[in-house]
Amino acid sequence: MSETKLKNNSKPRPLSFWINAILLLLLAVVPPILFITGQPFWLDVFTRLVILALAATALNLVLGYGGLVSFGHAAYLGLGAYAVGIPTYHALYGGMDAIASFNGFLHLGLAVLVSALFALLTGAISLRTRGVNFIMITMAFGQMIFYAIVALENYGGDDGLTIDVRSEFPLISLDNPLTLYGLCYLSLLMALFIVYKITRSRFGLTLQGARSNEERMRSLGVNCYRYQLVAIVISGAICGYAGFLLGNFSTFISPEMMDWTRSGELMFMVILGGAAFLCGPIFGAAAFILLEEVLRDVTIHWHLPFGLLLILSVLFFRGGLSGALDRLRSQGDKP
Amino acid sequence: MEASLLLIQLLNGLQLGILLFLLSAGLTLTFGIMDFVNLAHGSLYMLGAFICASLTQLTGSFALAALLAVPLTALCGLLIEMVVIRQLYSRNHLDHVLATFGLILCLDTIAEIVWSPAGIAIALPDILNGQLEVLPGVVVPVFRLLIIAVGLLAAAGLYLLVNHTKLGMLIRAGASNRTMVGALGVDIKTLFSGVFAIGAALAGLAGLLVAPIAEASIGMGNEIIITAFVVIIIGGIGSMKGAFIAALLIGLIDTLGRSYLDDIFKLIMSNEAAETAAPAISAMLIYLMMAVILAIRPQGLFPASSR
Repeated sequence: MSETKLKNNSKPRPLSFWINAILLLLLAVVPPILFITGQPFWLDVFTRLVILALAATALNLVLGYGGLVSFGHAAYLGLGAYAVGIPTYHALYGGMDAIASFNGFLHLGLAVLVSALFALLTGAISLRTRGVNFIMITMAFGQMIFYAIVALENYGGDDGLTIDVRSEFPLISLDNPLTLYGLCYLSLLMALFIVYKITRSRFGLTLQGARSNEERMRSLGVNCYRYQLVAIVISGAICGYAGFLLGNFSTFISPEMMDWTRSGELMFMVILGGAAFLCGPIFGAAAFILLEEVLRDVTIHWHLPFGLLLILSVLFFRGGLSGALDRLRSQGDKP
Repeated sequence: MEASLLLIQLLNGLQLGILLFLLSAGLTLTFGIMDFVNLAHGSLYMLGAFICASLTQLTGSFALAALLAVPLTALCGLLIEMVVIRQLYSRNHLDHVLATFGLILCLDTIAEIVWSPAGIAIALPDILNGQLEVLPGVVVPVFRLLIIAVGLLAAAGLYLLVNHTKLGMLIRAGASNRTMVGALGVDIKTLFSGVFAIGAALAGLAGLLVAPIAEASIGMGNEIIITAFVVIIIGGIGSMKGAFIAALLIGLIDTLGRSYLDDIFKLIMSNEAAETAAPAISAMLIYLMMAVILAIRPQGLFPASSR
């Protein structure tokens, strides 16, 4: 009751709320329309966009709200994707009866569990360090999983796994591109809701407190380490789930998904969109993916202008898109 | 296991360690003195390899090409420092990482345009291409010995430079207190550029030494740079001594792990299981070692005392 009352009395919603709402609405409507009007290519682009936005949202919890610069998040994407690929591979070609299955719930459970476990183990060690060490260590752990997968010749090693079968769920079929997009989109909304709830909770506020001043939180008697570790595990689990979707989307699962440069791209999406803004990563992912598609159309050497834009954005575009939006709003608010 | 084979593997490990040291020395210099994290260091390594490959084709002499490629790579480093890196010193580490990540994309693509996506092999002169019997029954390629010798010379030169020259004194002073050195009237900007160029030269040297064995290729720096990071994490970030010891350690452990882990595993498990597990575990070995060392000593083995 009191909450509705509070809402009625509160100021009109800020501009950024409406922009976020419009963005989410566009993502719900435009890709299906493009697909129906005979542009399946763009549905693919948007599916990838939404999956990466989901992963970036997970990273934002750690990087944006927690202030922990994790450079190894692509590892979770890869782990999630292989959690689809490996059981399916065994279901197709035999062996490893314990996990050989097409069952989507098994794939999903594996993706989330393995990612959470990896996050717990590596997070526990990485969090003993701070600053540059933390950046490099998370990067090294990510690369460790990359090399481990490359060395597993059974699962294609360097060449990856080509599997033309998707996870099986009752009632829905992920073979339908629209269904798959719907699942990805709903998952993104769900993740946004989870991150929103977390950042408003006591846990989330402690996490943000540790970001702005860890010393102060510690002298208040808070064990920051524990909060940060839990944040890393939650983030890893969500990112692993995004990997599960990615594995179903691409049907070609390769170590390349978890190369450290992929982690760098995820970080860029978060920063480009504006760290510690709820919908920032979606803006970032959208800007990143769409720019990539446009430049790729123009030249095969699209990495050059792309890299230049990234450098320029770091030099001159601080706070990202959401930050720019915020500045715009505060300028508008001035009398 | 044969003793002569073991000796050859030890030399291979030493060679990898030396190359890793040349790379991590540059990272240590830039981090120690400028507090700057440079992901694009691997791109300079690649540039060194490509420049040397081109010059070898042009001049027909590997030795001449190598002599020219080192200062040219340093020049590239200097240019990059003046255009991009210099703007970033006042920023935080996250910005360093992001901007140099963008730099990697640019440099890799430029290399792809200038040279070719396919990669270039370097032909060695006959003297370097031969084999040498160092001990009865132990035959080693001459070029590998050269890599080790050149690397050790560079390490010694670096040691003399840092510990016994005026520039080295400034470098050490800058590493312990940057602001103070600036306040004392030293031209910090030039010092930083110079240090960056030295780091670039070392990376270029490593690159051109690898190129005849593995050929110059796009993205060759992006793999080894992570290993170089592992080296400086284990050695203690900002510590040159730590980087040297950790580089040799990692080089040896990685090489020996890849050659002997399956034999060791076969002692404790079935042949089949060992053959599956050994490659994966040996690929992860240095990272596992990093994890263990960090769990015990989060600051690394030889943390730089002044920071």
